Amino acid sequence: MTEQLFSNLGVFVLGLLVGFEVISKIPTTLHTPMMSGANAIHGVVLAGAIVTAALANNPVDYVLSFLAAALAAANVTGGFVVTDRMLKMFGRPRRSAAPDKDAS
Amino acid sequence: MTTLAFVIGVSYLLSATLFVLGLHQMRAPSTARRGNLTSAVGMAIALVGTVILAATTGVATPLGWAALLLGSAVGAVYGVVRARTVKMTDIPQLVSVFNAVGGGAAAVVALSDFLVRSSTGFALSESIPLVLDVVIGSVTFSGSLIAAGKLQGVIPGRPLTFRGSRVVNAVVVLACLVAAVASVVIGHSVVLLLVTLGAALLIGVLMVLPIGGADAPVIVSLLNAFTGLAVAMAGFAINNQALIIAGALVGAAGTILTLQMAAAMNRSVGNILLGGFGTSDSGLVAVSSQDLTGVRQVTADDVGLQLAYARHVLIVPGFGLASAQAQHEVAELAKLLLDHRVDVKYAIHPVAGRMPGHMNVLLAEANVPYEQMLQLDEANAAFDNCDVALVVGANDVCNPSARESGNAVSGMPILDVDRARSVVVLKRSMSPGYAGIPNPLFTNPSTGMLFADAKQGLVDILAATKEYVTA
Repeated sequence: MTEQLFSNLGVFVLGLLVGFEVISKIPTTLHTPMMSGANAIHGVVLAGAIVTAALANNPVDYVLSFLAAALAAANVTGGFVVTDRMLKMFGRPRRSAAPDKDAS
Repeated sequence: MTTLAFVIGVSYLLSATLFVLGLHQMRAPSTARRGNLTSAVGMAIALVGTVILAATTGVATPLGWAALLLGSAVGAVYGVVRARTVKMTDIPQLVSVFNAVGGGAAAVVALSDFLVRSSTGFALSESIPLVLDVVIGSVTFSGSLIAAGKLQGVIPGRPLTFRGSRVVNAVVVLACLVAAVASVVIGHSVVLLLVTLGAALLIGVLMVLPIGGADAPVIVSLLNAFTGLAVAMAGFAINNQALIIAGALVGAAGTILTLQMAAAMNRSVGNILLGGFGTSDSGLVAVSSQDLTGVRQVTADDVGLQLAYARHVLIVPGFGLASAQAQHEVAELAKLLLDHRVDVKYAIHPVAGRMPGHMNVLLAEANVPYEQMLQLDEANAAFDNCDVALVVGANDVCNPSARESGNAVSGMPILDVDRARSVVVLKRSMSPGYAGIPNPLFTNPSTGMLFADAKQGLVDILAATKEYVTA
């Protein structure tokens, strides 16, 4: 059990460090989509809902499984879809009429 | 190691790698969309792996699967519909709602895991993260919903406090703490865990109610970090590394954003949580200085003339532009000028709009290419060579008092708008911003004030500019 705990803790701490490293390089321009995208990633809690649903065997468990799945699924699908909607706008091709920087 | 354990291990490893790669690709607007897709693929792999795990090792009953599928379907439909229909100005609320459901899901997962296994008892290494998950997840759930309500205007944006709130807060926090510790020690009491959950829900409400609408985005970001932690704790409790890694990544993301945002607003996170200056909502600020001495007023016609004959124009969009939903008008004006060989860029403060980067999203919606959006440093380098700076509904983010000491915005990073040759401020009145102090930019000799609603003002300026550029 202790071995397991330390393995998990190691993964957790490294995850935090990688997170700080990667996120701090994201420009402010993209902070809103980044927050929304990170938001979608914590929807992975749906995996937790799957694990507990597999152990459910009475009405209370079923209700909780339903609730956990509904909340997590809203998080994961909504998060990715809305982030994609935002980023699609950033990726749009430039409009032709715009002259270049100091061309004037 | 069985084949199954191997497959699951590989799928989790792969999904963790894809999450990190996906976030990494968010560094540049050109690859960001692919990055989001990369994360989504990582998510799909983690979920498929977990389904295989559950199907082969669990004692799953058909009803359990039905509950899972039905729940997922309901949630997915809600999520997709909201995500596809939300207006871009309302993004902060939606992020907050998705954050709430994520935290809620983490709390429910912990609760149901506890119920399933409470008969056998727990080791401390399981019960501690489990109870922490319940506490953090519940605080996030109720707190994020209140924050979303404030941003949406369903709940008044002003700080809501009541007599004796400190005492109530202390009692609730103490109750939550005692119940949480007792849950961990006793290990199998459902009642104690439910008391912990209830108290934590109450803490979320009490924590966010006294926070002003202007600070709500910082809280959304902080609660986002909390959800990450709650999910990681759920991962410890059910021994699932996909949850631990993803939770840690989100925890880090939320923490960084919260700190950056607080710095850009010249506040400390503690100061925001405890309430301080700036807790008032814009509509409530008493306009004590409706005094127009030293103010040079201009008309839309003057502004149009200036813009039409300028070479370099910088537009400074602020909260007023977002709340008037005038992003399309401002983009139209910029396009007109660009078509007539005037160089136009946007100078965007990190906290312009309702959350960091929100203004960029609104402008992107109005088809503004991201190359035209300058971040703080780039913008400040451009003001020296700028003929006209057009400030639309922004205030504190361009208050030159920040360069002096001893006032509410001292030291706050600002846009050096006053260095432009000529400044036009489009604003409804002389009312101060969230910091509640006057802005010397407005009485600067090179500044002309155009008092109007952002949308109407831009429409008028656009009409006037058309006259001069076609003349």
